[in-house]
Amino acid sequence: MIRIRDLNINLKEFNLFNINLDIGTNEFFILMGPTGAGKTVLLEAIAGLIPVKSGSIYIGEKNVTALAPEKRGVSIVYQDYSLFPHLTVRENIRYGLHFHKINKDRSDETFDRLVEDLNLSYILNRFPLNLSGGELQRAAMARALMVEPEILLLDEPLSALDPGFREEIRAGLKKLHRDSNVTFLMVTHDFAEALSLSDRAAMMNNGKIIQTGTMEDIFKRPDSTFVADFVGMKNLFAAQFRETKALTGNLEIELGAKPVDGHGYIAIRPEDIVLSRRELTSSMRNSFEGNITEISDYGLYYEAGILVRDITFKSLITKSALLDLQLAEGTSIFVSFKSTAIHTF
Amino acid sequence: MTKKEPFFWITVSCGIIIMAFILLPLIEMMTAPSFAMLKETIKDKDVVRSIWLSIYTAGLAALISFVFGTPLAYVLARTDFRGKKLVESIIDLPIVIPHPVVGIALLSVAGKNHWIGELLSQLGIRIMGSVTGIVVVLTFVGMPFYINAVKSGFESISPRLEKVSRSLGASMFSTFFRITFPLAWRSMLVGIVMCSARAISEFGAVVIVAYHPMIAPVLIYERFEAYGLKYSQPVAVWLVFICLTLFLILRILTLHDKEKA
Repeated sequence: MIRIRDLNINLKEFNLFNINLDIGTNEFFILMGPTGAGKTVLLEAIAGLIPVKSGSIYIGEKNVTALAPEKRGVSIVYQDYSLFPHLTVRENIRYGLHFHKINKDRSDETFDRLVEDLNLSYILNRFPLNLSGGELQRAAMARALMVEPEILLLDEPLSALDPGFREEIRAGLKKLHRDSNVTFLMVTHDFAEALSLSDRAAMMNNGKIIQTGTMEDIFKRPDSTFVADFVGMKNLFAAQFRETKALTGNLEIELGAKPVDGHGYIAIRPEDIVLSRRELTSSMRNSFEGNITEISDYGLYYEAGILVRDITFKSLITKSALLDLQLAEGTSIFVSFKSTAIHTF
Repeated sequence: MTKKEPFFWITVSCGIIIMAFILLPLIEMMTAPSFAMLKETIKDKDVVRSIWLSIYTAGLAALISFVFGTPLAYVLARTDFRGKKLVESIIDLPIVIPHPVVGIALLSVAGKNHWIGELLSQLGIRIMGSVTGIVVVLTFVGMPFYINAVKSGFESISPRLEKVSRSLGASMFSTFFRITFPLAWRSMLVGIVMCSARAISEFGAVVIVAYHPMIAPVLIYERFEAYGLKYSQPVAVWLVFICLTLFLILRILTLHDKEKA
């Protein structure tokens, strides 16, 4: 369990402001945010590797704010894996045992299990220099878990791997977490990765935590334009709310229910916007006629921009839909979406 | 084959001129003395004594730099503090100060008119005209080379390795001896070679602090003054030869270990 209260960090290049965070025992928690948001700084603060200006960090029931890093029971795996280059993989994995009083039978058992689970037996006697990214990553995981930490911090552990490889390692990571009672705290800026691994996350920007919640909350109910943008809610409009309607530009959008606040934003995921040749009529649907202003090719799918009066909607479409509907720039088309797909904040 | 541009020929000619400028005098000097003369010179007790003195005072200077310079180099490589640039400039001062000035500066502290000199003489430590004095001078001029080499060695080791080591339960001390030192010792060796090479070549500062006992460069100078070029050359050849051999051995030792890792 990690509990952080009013944490402030003031380093030359990095600052954290008023961080409050609660992570449960054996949870797989994700820290998201753009580069430079302060995610790594927060990890290093939890590990005790950088000085804290004010606030406190608890691990379990213990206040560890002033505790030396070697006494915290927190292991860290960096993006570059940071294996000790002068030691073999075996020596790397067993490094922490020099400093822990772990019964030999038990440590041997842990070692064998980790080597087996992470498929490391064939590289135990090799030096890190010539290992692949995936091998380094697995060795670093084994080294971190060997000392039976209470908490494992992972700093973008998958970002340096080939895309094809990631899937496999991600599954391995999930299994490793399920089989242990270690609390995982992982930094990533890949939203898909976050979704598949964890159920709770915090979003950081400019040294602050701006939203904490379940993955679903963050994905579907962002509470700021920044988060909405980060999670790919490309249809993000300032709006005024009247009864169950939202007014944005000259458009009146039916929300289906009365929003809590008087005004703010509406956000719709681009995959929730349906394009059609004729108007779709249903009480739950908003349907507007507009013109396609641009079509961008994203490889696996296309993104169309549709101008409806003075608002441009973004919609994701497959290649077949593009052909079926015979879409091109200038095509007149209907834009429809359910009121339940609209998020207001 | 494409025609080379004039620029290419300019770089090549400049390179050749510089090579010749460095190598010609050295080769000329090394080949000037006859074999018999070299043999005779090495039998000369004064020559052997001075070369030996040169080597071990330079070695001592390197050892002192190693002991005191390593922690400083580490701090400079790892931390950022106010006045760091100033500290680094101070470390480089001995490189830019004219050599005789170094000797005079050291004597002004170690002399009878200064309380440190007074204290030293009460403790029975003599700087003027002593081996101690030579070691002090050589350390003064050699230290910057050691610190700079080791500092860049430390800088090339990712601080993350140390952080990971700490998080795995190692104290700062264990981390230094298990991780940082094994990764940095080669740069320390380079530092030691640089420092002692610089120390062995020192003349100007030593001659002011200690003409006697005579280190090799002073002996070479004396032979040149008293007997001329012909008699100073063989000593010079021996000094260069022995130094190169020592450095070559060190180099081989380090290269050998590199292949293992």
